[in-house]
Amino acid sequence: MVATARKNRGPVVDCDIHNAVWPGALDPYLAKRWRRHGQLFGSRTHPGSLYPKGSPAAARHDAWPPSGRPPGGDLEFMRKQHLDPEGIEYGILNCLGPAGTQLNAEYSSALCRAVNEWQIAEWLEKEPRLRAGVAVPYEDAELAVKEIDRFADHPGFVQVLLIVRTAEPLGRRKYWKIYEAAERNNLPVGIHFGGGARGVPITASGWPSYYIEDHTDMAQAFQAHVVSLVCEGVFERFPGLRVVLIEGGFAWLPSLMWRLDKHWKRLKEEVPHLKRRPSDYIREHMWVTTQPIEEPHNPRHLLQVLDHLGGSDRVMFSTDYPHWDYDDPDRAFRVRLPEEDRRRIFAGNAKALYGLR
Amino acid sequence: MPKYVVATVDEIPPGQRKIITVERRSIGLFNVNGDFYAIRNQCPHEGGPLCEGVLSGLVRSEMPGEYEYVRRGEIVRCPWHQWEFDVRTGQSWFDPAKTRVRAYETTVETTTSLATSDADLVDAGYTKGPYEAETYRVEVDQQYIVLHL
Amino acid sequence: MVDTRETTYPGRLPRWGNADLVDCDVQVAVGSVDVLAPYLDQRWRDYLSESGVRAIDPHQYPKGAPISALPGSAPATGGPPGSDLGLLRAQVLDRWQARYAVLNCGFEISAIHNDDWALAMARAVNDWQAAEWLAPEPRLRASIVIPAQNPELAAAEIDRLAEHPGFVQVLLPVRAEAPLGKRRYWPIYAAAERHGLAVGIYAGGASGNPPTPVGWPSYYLEDYVCLSQAFQAQVVSLVSEGVFTKFPALRVVLIESGFTWLPALMWRFDKNWKGLRREVPWVDRPPSEIIRHHLRLTTQPLDEPGEPRQLIETIEQLGCDEMLLFATDFPHWQFDTEEGVLPSGLRPEVEHRILATNALETYRF
Repeated sequence: MVATARKNRGPVVDCDIHNAVWPGALDPYLAKRWRRHGQLFGSRTHPGSLYPKGSPAAARHDAWPPSGRPPGGDLEFMRKQHLDPEGIEYGILNCLGPAGTQLNAEYSSALCRAVNEWQIAEWLEKEPRLRAGVAVPYEDAELAVKEIDRFADHPGFVQVLLIVRTAEPLGRRKYWKIYEAAERNNLPVGIHFGGGARGVPITASGWPSYYIEDHTDMAQAFQAHVVSLVCEGVFERFPGLRVVLIEGGFAWLPSLMWRLDKHWKRLKEEVPHLKRRPSDYIREHMWVTTQPIEEPHNPRHLLQVLDHLGGSDRVMFSTDYPHWDYDDPDRAFRVRLPEEDRRRIFAGNAKALYGLR
Repeated sequence: MPKYVVATVDEIPPGQRKIITVERRSIGLFNVNGDFYAIRNQCPHEGGPLCEGVLSGLVRSEMPGEYEYVRRGEIVRCPWHQWEFDVRTGQSWFDPAKTRVRAYETTVETTTSLATSDADLVDAGYTKGPYEAETYRVEVDQQYIVLHL
Repeated sequence: MVDTRETTYPGRLPRWGNADLVDCDVQVAVGSVDVLAPYLDQRWRDYLSESGVRAIDPHQYPKGAPISALPGSAPATGGPPGSDLGLLRAQVLDRWQARYAVLNCGFEISAIHNDDWALAMARAVNDWQAAEWLAPEPRLRASIVIPAQNPELAAAEIDRLAEHPGFVQVLLPVRAEAPLGKRRYWPIYAAAERHGLAVGIYAGGASGNPPTPVGWPSYYLEDYVCLSQAFQAQVVSLVSEGVFTKFPALRVVLIESGFTWLPALMWRFDKNWKGLRREVPWVDRPPSEIIRHHLRLTTQPLDEPGEPRQLIETIEQLGCDEMLLFATDFPHWQFDTEEGVLPSGLRPEVEHRILATNALETYRF
């Protein structure tokens, strides 16, 4: 439809595509006991918030496949609408959904295993451009490690996928085994927007009223994890760990690095396990994806942000297809990027991080 | 200004729309209570297929907690980022001066006026559109939507 | 111990000359509840002593933490930093040649869940501020402490003090029971607007909500750094709920919030508003416009990058010269270097706005 402006840009690595589990999709991969559990009790996650999204299934209206499956649930349609016309060389699948955040940890574990096997059979083996994140029951690190170790050898899995609204800040010890396994298997850990809260309000003052607040405030959940991962010394303990912040935006990161460095200078006796400035860990160990890209009134301010970040080498383009706040590869940046930055952001950084070719 | 016969009136009942392609431009045709409007099917934001979005009304408010729901069926929201545009004018709600899509004039013309010779049509400034077959149908009461590009 | 040589407590920069200066954030501390005794009814005095309450301290600032107190700010006679008028005169008013200084008392009323007791303590703190700080020192102005957990009582307390010219602001905690834009808080804003008082949101609060969207962090360093996220959420709430539509004359000051995070938030918020504004139709302008018009932020802590140019660029990204208010955050120890007071490279007219003009336009001095 709008595949008119492809111009001369090179290939794109899209670091955030959502493949959706359609009804019944996981049944072949679930033991009878868990299929029965699902029929009887369904998905049980932490009750919390109801913020109706900007659109049904938080999806682009034009992304509902004719097959009747949910947006992102039909590979052929995804090819036709997204991968082919946008010239996606590689796409990283981040399968959302309630698998990782079930209150029943064993059910969570079974669902994650099913999701991962389903991803292999229905996506990775059918479409060579796609890669995926390993779904894990992230609130129980020991069970999560089993999933990581089970799937890490499959070449289609290129990261471990966590969802940002966790029960505790991700630097805390309860999550360390996940990082140990990720590091051991040479997989980055991706942290993605969303996750339904786990009982913790999105603001330090409880629940806001509106979806526009929930969506805007989500960046702060990412900020809290950055602070936690650094301050807990996770990168001292796991020096090979790489963390990707997915769908959190990134214009806020320079300010956070400055703030952390400033107060660390005064308070560093509290965190003697940190050997370097907080920003040094962030620059070395953290990557960000671009969507939903901040849109300054003066588009040139985005170039300042890249400069304040210390360069473009940790910034990776993403669309968030098929969600409503999708960013188009040709239109997301409203400022002309220097050619080298453009190549890095749209492909080079992701290829290097995920070992794509 | 070239004109195109782009649809019959019957094809687009009130509240419905049709996406057409004219001179390689994708355009949305809307029937709002019997009046026809046409706007470009490309959002000025990131290029999304604007006219495929939800057709809704405009929620206005003077004060928190008060909702005034107006112009139902006249506001199309981009299927991507939900920007709202007036299908009558192509103006966006939030920035009508600067953010807008191209709107095109439409007229409704009868079979009688169109079913004359080609020469007359050319004289009148028409170019043949994609609906040739139907223009040859002899239906005395048929009406056509004509887009002025 | 922190090596004090690494930090010299600065004063006015030579380039300022005799420029007017207002310090918009000076902390005063209630050392112990004894200080408040003269301002409490006998019932509450006995209640405190009979239940053994000596102080109300939610440990927002650990006593020994280097950030909590500038060396030399604790009175020799005992009592916490920020509890002695003489030191405040010497270290703030005289040193900085401040025309005015705005007192913010972080006495944590929000930790008290008994509405009546909370009101009694708030009244006592306010009367203590009026008698022991405002009366003897004409350069001082103060902020009204309120029991925000009961907005009707809070509004009554604001009304009680509104005629006192020394009070210029109403204080709310950034970590509140609910997002501060919510309608339950509106009686407070109505009262503030009615009396021409600014609403100051300070870096504290003991609501019990986790301080981050992902729960409780381990370290004080995280706690302090993450305050900026609590402030971001309050900005989003105040705008989304239409507080400034309902109270068009209201001004809100974010105190000790940092400000370098604001441009990115405005960009994200504006982008979301373009698509989601129908959910909050009373927000009839881009959020950034509302923020620039109604919101002010104090300058300390200055979350500065190594490269001063980047800070100047960030200030320019705010898109408005009227938003920043000079503050020392005394007696908290924020300054790093002489340059840490304000970044070098500001246009002189902008610097003068930050030093005084913006404050004079914000507060009813």
